Amino acid sequence: MKWILLSIVVAATTASDLLQSYQMKRGGEQSAGARGLMQLLRRISRNRYLILSIVCLAFSFFSFMALIQTAPLSFAVPASAGSFIVETILAKVLLKEHISARRGFGAFLVLCGIVLLAR
Amino acid sequence: MRFKGKVFRAYALLAVFLALRAFGNLSLAWGTKHLSSALAANPLTYVRALADPFVALAIAMLIVALLVRLALLSLADLSFVLPMTAVGYAISALFGKVFLHEDVSPLRWLGVALILGGVAMVGTTSGKTPSEMDTTE
Repeated sequence: MKWILLSIVVAATTASDLLQSYQMKRGGEQSAGARGLMQLLRRISRNRYLILSIVCLAFSFFSFMALIQTAPLSFAVPASAGSFIVETILAKVLLKEHISARRGFGAFLVLCGIVLLAR
Repeated sequence: MRFKGKVFRAYALLAVFLALRAFGNLSLAWGTKHLSSALAANPLTYVRALADPFVALAIAMLIVALLVRLALLSLADLSFVLPMTAVGYAISALFGKVFLHEDVSPLRWLGVALILGGVAMVGTTSGKTPSEMDTTE
């Protein structure tokens, strides 16, 4: 059960993050002040991809809630980062982000850490 | 000058996001672990769980965290944001040990150290892939 819940968390998070990053970069820079957040809410309500990303996030969240109820916090949170490597690769492939050797190696170290943390 | 301000804003948003998510997850773990029935088994349990003050507080914090993260994504690359927010995994391991008295093995702490090393490395790279829009500005 633990692993089924974790798989749902990982798949839904990956889909949500890619949609969010893609859409937020298209619209230009966003501030997070009180006015910025209101503007952000309006922006979300008008963009169906952002709405879809929130639906994915809701799936991920409710699975995470069930996971965290039984699994230790120090396992559930790091293990949910299984989406990490998939997302970095997809950021390069789908979003055409430039991954420098240094950034790639840093991401790899983080992944190794997550693997150890999740044991 | 403009570039410096942008970097500062990105790190400020990152700090706010990390704090909100760490405390949000802790509150969520605390709240759900004290529920009487299993969540995965019954959708109705979710509705009842929302009435728990710790779960409600957790959800409020995590929603604000999501909005802060969206703003952060408009400033920086996803491949920068992802490793940097990984500091949150270390914070969660720490919170799990301190507040929930979970057993964190030496191997897990080694994992925490690796994550922080990776994060430090990513932190020294520039936050955003230059786009055509940025160069024409």
